[in-house]
Amino acid sequence: MVVNKIKCVVWDLDNTLWSGTLVEGDNVTINKNVVEVIKKLDERGILHSISSKNEYHDAMNKLIEFNVAEYFLFPQINWEPKSTAISTIAKSINIGIDSIAFVDDSMFEREEVKFYFKEVLCIGVDDISQMLVMDGFMPRFITEDSKNRRLLYKEDMVRKHAEEVFQGAKEIFLATLNMVFIITKAKEEDLRRVEELTIRTHQLNSTGTIYSYDELRNMIHSENYLVLIAQLNDKYGSYGKIGICVIEKNSDSWYIRLLLMSCRVASRGVGAVMINFVINLAIQSNVKLFADFVQSERNRIMYITYKFNGFCEVSSTSGKILFEADIREPKSYMDYVIVCDQLNV
Amino acid sequence: MQIKEKVREFLSRFLRNYNVADDENLFDNKLVNSLFAMQLIVFIEREFEIALTNDDFQLENFQTINSIATLIELKKGSVLGEINNGGQ
Repeated sequence: MVVNKIKCVVWDLDNTLWSGTLVEGDNVTINKNVVEVIKKLDERGILHSISSKNEYHDAMNKLIEFNVAEYFLFPQINWEPKSTAISTIAKSINIGIDSIAFVDDSMFEREEVKFYFKEVLCIGVDDISQMLVMDGFMPRFITEDSKNRRLLYKEDMVRKHAEEVFQGAKEIFLATLNMVFIITKAKEEDLRRVEELTIRTHQLNSTGTIYSYDELRNMIHSENYLVLIAQLNDKYGSYGKIGICVIEKNSDSWYIRLLLMSCRVASRGVGAVMINFVINLAIQSNVKLFADFVQSERNRIMYITYKFNGFCEVSSTSGKILFEADIREPKSYMDYVIVCDQLNV
Repeated sequence: MQIKEKVREFLSRFLRNYNVADDENLFDNKLVNSLFAMQLIVFIEREFEIALTNDDFQLENFQTINSIATLIELKKGSVLGEINNGGQ
């Protein structure tokens, strides 16, 4: 059986993170062993959040007092059902519900969550110490991007807030971010991240192909391949390495074997930047451009991105599609992003 | 409500009160990007209870309010057609 990799752990507070019940006036004390687990998982790039039935400000003040508030993204401290909290957290972080684990001392709460979302991994307090050795909490590898994941999401929360209070069209908001999209050739130190992205990305993923580290290393040293990697920065910081394109080069035609963009930047309107960059590169190199596409339940947005950017189907057999690009005219980019070509750096 | 009005209402919500003309090119005028395209497609499928297929995803079909309305009418018509044929 394939174990789902956990991307976020949602913690209960009373008698889970701390001992005692806050609203009943207990002098609650933090459970140090739980904090240890949270810190270790954080280092592995696993995110944390909270679902607790409490008064928001009282609970947040306790978390600040215990010096752990910074670990939790989108804490849900209210009187809503915990299944609602889980669903809100999954949407806010933009991850699948099957990549969430939920830790609560109450059997009732675990059952309630399980009833609505059977794919959530529910854990009682007795099993917290086991989490560090459970397969679902072991990422295949830890990259610079995964270690910084919490900080990347924190920056994102600031952006989201700015976006919510912004009055005006979405494109105008995007223009205020001063986005810079940097494209480089993948280097050996990028390959773990490339491998990680191929495993973690499902929506903006053209073929779902997972390349091993060794395959990728062979490709970046081969004349016949071009492996591009994209980074996105804006005025709030960097989103890290968020896009990949694997191109196989023949003398007169190129094939995009894989194109993917992290879901982290899905709302930034940059999904088509890489495609258009590669089209321009093909025009400069005087080659035809083709792209593989393997349809899945989740990557329709990628199909549409190809189609709306001048690609036509030239063949289609049982879900496997070959696109050819219209390369008559160079492409321009959306006004709100600066594209930085660093292929020769 | 008419199809065009519904589409226009969706667009103006997205573009925060920018009023789109029926024949204004949404993509050429860079009013929207591919992320928006996805949201538009999800809206069309839910609101008009139709399923769009790969063949429908041609930029021409989504370029203006007019072309979007034509596509929706065509798809709705083919749904009705299937029901009628099924009854024979």
